[in-house]
Parts: sequence; structure tokens; C-alpha cells
Amino acid sequence: MKKTRREFIKLAALGGAGIAAAPLAAEASAPIAAHEDAVGMLYDATLCVGCKACVASCKNVNDMDAAPAPNDADRLWDAPEDLDYRTRNIIKLYKDGEGDFSYVKYQCMHCIKPSCVSACPVAAMQQEPGRGIVFYDKDICIGCRYCQVACPFNIPKFEWPKAFPKIVKCDLCKFTNLKEKGIPACCEVCPTKAVIYGKREFLLAEAKKRLAEHPEKYQKEIYGEFEVGGTNVIYIAGESFDNLGFRELEFDSNAAFSENIQHTIYKGFVAPVALYGFLAFVALKNRKNHGHGHGHDAKHEGKDGSEK
Amino acid sequence: MVPKSNEYMALHREKILTPSFWVLLTFTVIGFYCIGLRYVMGIGAVSNLSDGFPWGIWIAYDVATGTALACGGYALAIVIYIMNGWKYHPLIRSAIVTSLFGYALAGFSVMVDLGRYWNAYSFFIPSRWQVNSVMFEVAVCVMAYNVVLAIELLPAILERFVHSTNPRFPKLKEFARKIYPKLDKVLIFFIILGITLPTMHQSSLGSMMIIAGSKLNPIWQTGFLPILFLINAMYIGYSVIIFESTLSSVAFGRPFEKEVRIIAKVIPYLTAAWLIIRFADLYYRGHLSTAFSGDYYSKMFLAETLLIAGGAYMLTWKHFRMSPRWVFVSAVMLCVGGSWYRFSVYIIGFNPDKGWAYFPSLPEFFITLGLVAFEILGYMVLVKMFPIMPNLEGHKKSA
Repeated sequence: MKKTRREFIKLAALGGAGIAAAPLAAEASAPIAAHEDAVGMLYDATLCVGCKACVASCKNVNDMDAAPAPNDADRLWDAPEDLDYRTRNIIKLYKDGEGDFSYVKYQCMHCIKPSCVSACPVAAMQQEPGRGIVFYDKDICIGCRYCQVACPFNIPKFEWPKAFPKIVKCDLCKFTNLKEKGIPACCEVCPTKAVIYGKREFLLAEAKKRLAEHPEKYQKEIYGEFEVGGTNVIYIAGESFDNLGFRELEFDSNAAFSENIQHTIYKGFVAPVALYGFLAFVALKNRKNHGHGHGHDAKHEGKDGSEK
Repeated sequence: MVPKSNEYMALHREKILTPSFWVLLTFTVIGFYCIGLRYVMGIGAVSNLSDGFPWGIWIAYDVATGTALACGGYALAIVIYIMNGWKYHPLIRSAIVTSLFGYALAGFSVMVDLGRYWNAYSFFIPSRWQVNSVMFEVAVCVMAYNVVLAIELLPAILERFVHSTNPRFPKLKEFARKIYPKLDKVLIFFIILGITLPTMHQSSLGSMMIIAGSKLNPIWQTGFLPILFLINAMYIGYSVIIFESTLSSVAFGRPFEKEVRIIAKVIPYLTAAWLIIRFADLYYRGHLSTAFSGDYYSKMFLAETLLIAGGAYMLTWKHFRMSPRWVFVSAVMLCVGGSWYRFSVYIIGFNPDKGWAYFPSLPEFFITLGLVAFEILGYMVLVKMFPIMPNLEGHKKSA
């Protein structure tokens, strides 16, 4: 008995070390790179005039409900305060009182390695191979909202007031405007081309070109180039991204880190099976030592009376 | 071979309809009324959940913490079947029952929490499996463990029928008589599964929040969440056994079960390992100063750490270990501190962005309270109907 206990402690320490070492081993993972066919959007805040035509056309094309203001008597004025289950796309304004101001557009960032897709237990949140569009299938979704917990940009929204709710988020008009006209609704209607659609490669080159041509106009960084492993929707702006409501984010993908840890622990399902095998071995040996041939009905022999 | 009577387990012969029964029933009814509201009017109508805080106490308490508090069966199974050669057998059934109720509570709460519960069958469709998802692993593991716990409890149910003097169900008695010895032979393999599965999903409950990245405060966000959650589940499990057997010895007028003192000996080792990993990780990531900065998050960290370390420290002294009262106190400290840690990871340390806040609504509380009341109610009824509790006669003999 003493021996099995020692063996157990040894194994427990080993197994513990295995789980404990997973995060260390996981850090040496391959870098994330966008697919060459990946598509996205480039939003240039310096060009946006805040007309909100993109908000209107997004609602229209994707058949979204109005979000009336709280005191709106006739409930007809669509005045969304923020992204929610009725609003996939919104324009906001930053103004600091000293003449500096900038509009900013929020919608799904379409991460290269999306956390929502990695988190979803039933593959309701998916990423299109190649183009990399992150989209949602309500017929599979169980409504666990892990995608909301996982998203670094808090983009997926849930229909809280409904008895039969679903998740709502931008899918680059994958099933609507993009399918019919080859361009997302917001990019189609933008009068100043503040938001443009295209391959990520092209958009990134375009963003770099604008930064190089007018360094006085722009912040130095391109938001989304590296954040959380890179996003397919990227931003350039004259105002600091912090002021525009973007959190400072790590350049590593949380999704990749989480998956690496899971994969390290559960690789080939070897560890759980080995654990089961070892535990069964020890338990059966213990039972034999204890004279428990047939379980409960056998004599209960207290071998070590002092501890009882 | 069917036992004549069970030497270790006994029926607790008491009235079922006691005053506490009615109190619990009241809470259960209120809770289920709120659950009804949730299904008719939506989750938003009964809860303070939001797009920033999509998970509230139903997940943080009922699932993430509740299953740790239900780890008594897991923790005890390790001591009995792996480390100690089947010695504390009399305690196992009541521990398994509380585990079953705790995990069933988690399962039930998930069905309340799931927005699109009618799609939950997706878990049984292989083409929909998303094996990269930590939640997928947790969900499948917890479901499997519920089944295993039910099987582990089956002998108690069967024994009742085997010894039934009621002549109305001869078939049932015959069936129980036949199946019992067969089940008894293979039971050990389910018991081992009952140790493997919680090892997997309790660590995964920690992995679950890794993907939230910097939305979780750096005091708690670490790649070591899985091992921290696993050890945390173990010492909470042992503390819960102490807690429960002390309570039941007071409530049911049973003698204090001496075995808990041996269990009390194991706890300090586990907590010491946990604290070493916790602090080494904070140091390694350069967040020790964050943890001791004295702000709101730091205070939460200090509170949970002091409760855990304090409770465990008391148990290192024989003087305290020999006193049922102090063992009970330290078990409570460990349960509260350990649970607090889990709350910190799921709610307290979670900050999606500026402008979001969460505190549970009254109906949210009532739903959790109602489900817990329902759980205790079930336990109290079950121990009076089936041989779950340690047999006093056999117990005295071995004492």
C-alpha cells in the first residue's frame, strides 16, 4: 500500500507537471498568417464624414430591426447607441473639445485566427476557408455565448430580450450583398470611400501607401495589422486608436494559445487514456491487497487500526 | 452474490416532511417560477447579463464553482481507491450523491443559461463537434461524468430493491437481484472513469477563460489556469467532505466521522502546491506587484488567497486537526476562498471593456438559490429512501 501511494504521488506530480508545462510548451507555436485569398475592409477614419449611410444600408440589406431611442414616442427613429442585436455596424464620433475630432466605424474585425470560432463548441461560428470571412449559423448554435466571452473586440451580440434568441454579428454580407453584388453593403454605399473592400494583402499595401504619402495626417500604426495575430479588417486614423475606443491588445492570438494548451494536454487522447490505465492498475492492485474480491459484501479488514 | 445487508451503508430512518423540507420547497418553487419566466420572456427579462458580461452566476456559480463543490466524490475516490487501499469506504456513497446532485445542478443550470437550448443536441452530432473548443471538452466530459455518477450510485438503489419486503414488485426485486452482482464486478471501471473525467474537465474549466485574453485581469489570466483549477477542485472537494460530514453528523445526530481528520491531513499539501504555482506564475509573468497594488482586484486576490492559505495553515497543526470545530472552520475557509478564486476568474476579474458592469439580478439569484434548494431537498429525501449514509452499527465496530 505504501508503495502504491508513493507511485501515485510520483505519477500525480508527473501528470501535474505535464499540465503545468503545457503553457510553457505552447508558447513556441507557429506564427499566424493570413491566407492569400483573405478578404477584409480598410477603414480610413480621416475620410469618413459620418453620414451613416453604411449603418442604414447594413440594416436594410441584412434585414435588421430599428433600434429606437429610449424616449422616441412613435418608435420609428432608428437611433442605435452601440452595436447590439439590431445593429451590426455603427459610426461613432470622438471629439476632444480642442478641435480634434474623428469618426470611427465598428463592426466585426474578422480576425485571421478568430477566438469566437475557436471557442464555439458546436461549430456554429465558422471561418470561411480562403476568404477568411467569420460567419454564424443559427441553426447549429446552442446559445452558450462563449463566443462573446472569447471575442477581444466584444463583437458578437445576443438577442437578450427574445425568448428564442440568436447571436448577431457582421459577416461581410456573405449571404446578402457580397453574394449578390460582390461587395459588402457598407463599402458599396460609402460616398467618400472611407471604407473599402478587397483582399487583405491589397488593403494592407494601400494603408501603408497612404501612411507613407501623408505621414502628417495619420497615426503611425495600422490597427489590425498585428493585433491578436492580425485582423482582416484594418484601420488607419489621424486620432490615436485609444481615443477611438480600441483597446490596446496583445499581438498573440488568445485562440491559438488556448488551442495549443488544449492540444498539448489532449494530443491524440494519449494522456487521458494513460491516466485511466494507470488509475485502473493502481485501484485493482489496491482492491486485491484489500481482499475485496466482490466489492461491498466482502469483509472489511481494517489493516491499519491506528488510523481508524 | 448478493449481500444480505450492507455492512457499511444504511438507510437514514427519519420523517421526510420536516420543516426544513418545506422551507427548501418554497425556495425551489420560487426558483422554478423564475425559470419559467426566463423561458417565456427571454434571458434578458430575468437577468442582468449583457453583451459585455454574457456569463453571470449561472455559469460562475452553478457550473464553474458548483462542480468544484461537487468534487467530494472525486476527491474521496482518489483517497479510497488510489491512495489508501479502500479504507474510507463508508463515506463514499454520500459523497457520490452530493457529487451527482452538484453536477446535475450544473447541467440543469446550463439548460437554463443556454439561449438556444433546443439545439443542445448538437453535442451528439459528430459533424458539429468542434474539438478545439474548451467548452466542447467540458460539456462532453461533464455529461459523461453525470452518467458515471449515476452508475456509481446504482448499487444503493438496487440494494433497496433487493432487500425490499414489499411484495408488490417481485419482478423488480428479481431484476435487482440479477443485475447487482454483475454491476458490482465492473463497477471499479466506472469508478476509475469517475476519477479520470473530473481530472479532465476540472482543469478545462480553468482553460476555458484563457481565450478571453486580456479581458481577464492579469492577476488571474495565465496559461496555468488548468492546473490551478484542477488542484483547486481537489482541495475544495476534500473540504466539502469535511463540511458535509460535520453538518450531517450534527443534523442527523450521527457521531463525528473520524476519517475526516485523515482527509484534513491531505489538504495542506495540495494547497501548498497550489500556492507555489500561483505565486511562481505571478512572479514569472511580472504581475506580483499588480497582485499587491492594493486596488480593487488586488483586494479580491488577497481575500481569496488569505482564506485559502489560512484555512490550510490551520490544518497543519495537530491541535486544530483534532478539534471538529476547527476542522470545520478551516474547511469553510477553504471552500469560500477556493470558490472565491473561481468567481474571480469568471466574473470579478473579468472586464470586457470600459462601460460594462455586472451584478446579478434578483431573479438570477432566485434561480440559482432555487436550484441549490432543489438539490439539497433531493439529497435529504434520497438518504431517507436509500442506503446512502454510513452504517452506524458497522461504524461503531470499526471505531
